[in-house]
Amino acid sequence: MAEMDEPMVVDGGSGVSFEWGGRWSHIKKFLERPGPFTHPDFEPGTEALTGFRNINVVDMDTIDVSNLNRQFLFRPKDVGRPKAEVAADFINSRVPGCCVVPHFKKIQDLDETFYRQFHIIVCGLDSIVARRWMNGMLLSLLVYEDGVLDPGSIIPLIDGGTEGFKGNARVILPGMTACIDCTLELYPPQINFPMCTIASMPRLPEHCIEYVRILQWPKELPFGDGVVLDGDDPEHIQWVFQRSLERAAEFSITGVTYRLTQGVVKRIIPAVASTNAVIAAACATEVFKLATSAYIPLSNYMVFNDVDGLYTYTFEAERKENCSACRQVPQDLHFQQSSKLQEVLDFLTENASLQMKSPAITATVEGKNKTLYLQSVPSIEQRTRANLSKTLKELGLTDGQELAVADSTTPQTVMFRLCFTS
Amino acid sequence: ATMAATKASKEQKYDRQLRLWGDHGQETLENAHVCLINATATGTEILKNLVLPGIGAFTIVDGHTVSGEDAGNNFFLSNNSIGRNRAQAATELLQELNGDVSGNFVEESPDKLLDNDPEFFHRFTIVIGVQLPESTCLRLGSVLWNASVPFLICKTYGLIGYMRLVVQEHTVIESHPDNALEDLRLDQPFEEFKNHTNSYDLDSMDKKDHSHTPWIIIVAKYLEKWLSEHNDQLPKNYKEKEAFRQTIREGIIKTDGGVPEDEENFEEAIKNVNTALNLTKVCGVIQLIFYHSSCVCRVFSLIHLPVRGTIPDMIADSQKFINLQNVYREKAMQDAAAVSKHVECLLRSVGKPPESISEKDIKLFCKNASFLRVVRCRSLAEEYSVDSVNKDEIASYMDNPDSEMVFYLMLRAVDRFYQQHSRYPGVYNYQVEEDINKLKVCVNSLLQEYSLSVNIKDDYIHEFCRYGAAEPHTVSAFLGGSAAQEAIKIISHQFVPFNNTFIYNAMSQTSATFQL
Repeated sequence: MAEMDEPMVVDGGSGVSFEWGGRWSHIKKFLERPGPFTHPDFEPGTEALTGFRNINVVDMDTIDVSNLNRQFLFRPKDVGRPKAEVAADFINSRVPGCCVVPHFKKIQDLDETFYRQFHIIVCGLDSIVARRWMNGMLLSLLVYEDGVLDPGSIIPLIDGGTEGFKGNARVILPGMTACIDCTLELYPPQINFPMCTIASMPRLPEHCIEYVRILQWPKELPFGDGVVLDGDDPEHIQWVFQRSLERAAEFSITGVTYRLTQGVVKRIIPAVASTNAVIAAACATEVFKLATSAYIPLSNYMVFNDVDGLYTYTFEAERKENCSACRQVPQDLHFQQSSKLQEVLDFLTENASLQMKSPAITATVEGKNKTLYLQSVPSIEQRTRANLSKTLKELGLTDGQELAVADSTTPQTVMFRLCFTS
Repeated sequence: ATMAATKASKEQKYDRQLRLWGDHGQETLENAHVCLINATATGTEILKNLVLPGIGAFTIVDGHTVSGEDAGNNFFLSNNSIGRNRAQAATELLQELNGDVSGNFVEESPDKLLDNDPEFFHRFTIVIGVQLPESTCLRLGSVLWNASVPFLICKTYGLIGYMRLVVQEHTVIESHPDNALEDLRLDQPFEEFKNHTNSYDLDSMDKKDHSHTPWIIIVAKYLEKWLSEHNDQLPKNYKEKEAFRQTIREGIIKTDGGVPEDEENFEEAIKNVNTALNLTKVCGVIQLIFYHSSCVCRVFSLIHLPVRGTIPDMIADSQKFINLQNVYREKAMQDAAAVSKHVECLLRSVGKPPESISEKDIKLFCKNASFLRVVRCRSLAEEYSVDSVNKDEIASYMDNPDSEMVFYLMLRAVDRFYQQHSRYPGVYNYQVEEDINKLKVCVNSLLQEYSLSVNIKDDYIHEFCRYGAAEPHTVSAFLGGSAAQEAIKIISHQFVPFNNTFIYNAMSQTSATFQL
């Protein structure tokens, strides 16, 4: 099936040719030929193809031995090096003409000027908090003129995630289609064991391990003062393992193993190469569709599960009417004047649609900006702690008052409107 | 490196997957030898996802030389490999993914091997054939069927992915079901369980004990009372179950003022009444297995299975929970021992030594008795023969205009085109238009041959000419993950493989499985 093309010589900047005959043959069929299922905006063309050349990768992690069973850009010799840098090196050397720029950083360490430069953002993050942050960042880049969204300011977000043999891929057009926060209820909060079970009524080996992690370690500080339990330190895990065995023996509980201990302490989620390959492929297909308009993109959420045969389910997640992230209108908060600030805080963290981690609440009281409560800075936390037991009335808040809430789940503050109920 | 050090580093490397299929599952992978035919993008992506988790060995069979096109869509070929044998070039870049794996290649076409040395394929744990024409699939399918070697056929064609599993009989003891019902036997309590519940007297307990009694005991106690008052009839319908739940609700301790206390264990009991009263019966699938296969558990026939021995976590103090758990565990051990005795007899009766089936395997079998699965795929010959083609399945799916079945028929038509014209439709731009009619002829002859009165819209015929047999990398990669996991299921006998045809549509990101 060899096709004799005119080799397209493209100058990669250093005068070196990165092309060869037939390189783009498989892809060209989708770019040069009209078809019955293409996107309405698709225009077949034969312009010079260069592939996806400019890719930036952001990752705060370094490579661990346990990554090697699936993260195929890394080798044993790379353990300890930053993932972003090793990945970039590998791809740049394997795919001629591709220029991957690495950023060994947290996504939160980069700002709007960074993210604004991209046509598409793809995420394979390992937490919902991080996803919500990225979601919020792209929402903050949206430009509204007279209440109308400028489509040029939309940067599509393709998000993929996996756990064992399950995975999902979704396409988000910020400001237009369902965002991460619109579907927060799809991710129920992580359930931790009740403290009374851990402290006095263990039944499962997991309870014994949590007892050692949460109660025994802080009490005994086996590796010195201020030394926090590090799940990546085998000596720490060994210590927890031994103490967990002792705890389990007290209650005649079987099943504590080193592997289980590590899994509980590090909250390990099992992972294999295959599921990640499937979801990554699905995401990459969507990047291709969005970049070329060759086909209508996924609209907008696909789940995958290959425990029993192979199962996929594709549906259109709907935007939430009152989404706190992507709707322009401040969300109403209903409380009594006599409610305490603590109740507001609890609502922000416990409500299924909000699930904030440690919200900081400020309000404008008598013309002045007042921090009502902030947890992340110890001095301010001390100063504002007393406010938690004060009523909203005592704090000088009025009906219809706007509260600004900052939290790690979003790069922008979220506006709420206080509505007093009788 | 010492044996122990290697083992320890493998445990670390494979930790995340060991948590899914265990050390015994990993062992089956490390003893496996996988054959891949054709190191195209699809082929190398599949193999990547088998090499990374540490299969023992692979052998790539491929007579092609690397073309410019190959180097353009295949991560495991470089432009430097253009002109070299594709099997050899791909083996190098796949081998370096994992030093634990032994990579081999045979620079030969599968057709030649089938001509000269079909038994070459007998050595493999599984054969994966990629981008193979129909004639080769049928020939190879027949050889592998007769040798009982599982055969997985994969194809990426434009934005469509296709997989076909061909295995005569594949047994799965550890299917790891997502939502398994508990095996509590509340409807048919065994002796030791009855004795255990009799040791509880809810009415004379202090509040602490009362609130920390396992819900299973609570349901058992109230069920006993119900049966004595209802002529030994279990609550059957919603009304009766609701009445039963009410009796439990009334058992909650009340304050002097008559207000019910907070007893979470009683709430658990009420919540679980519905599933707790499920009748212990052998489900349909398991009955079929016992009746048909050479499985060993015949002694339990169609009455009930060995007790599983596990209970879910529940509100209870440690001692009460552990004691109850032990009652189930010991019963499970007893049942497994009984099965063991019968297995021994059966083995002797067929002249086999009693150690042929290990205690460990019997215990595993008993623990999974409710979820045993057997997958039997029809042969390719059966799928393709006019006499046994699954017309009904095809026609009924084609009733739905959105069904992926149309892609199956198009792939069959395209194969037919290849047979007639020795090429695929629309490979060169100038061919696209003129091949549409030629492909349509193939579609019609296919439908006619199988007497399928279904309609295939012209749009699909146009689209399949447009594809020009392209093998885009992202579609190859999706199949790469899917096929590799199915191969791992076959090798490890854990989790359930698909049966038997899988279609993936990258345009809509949808998929379907058909049994053809």
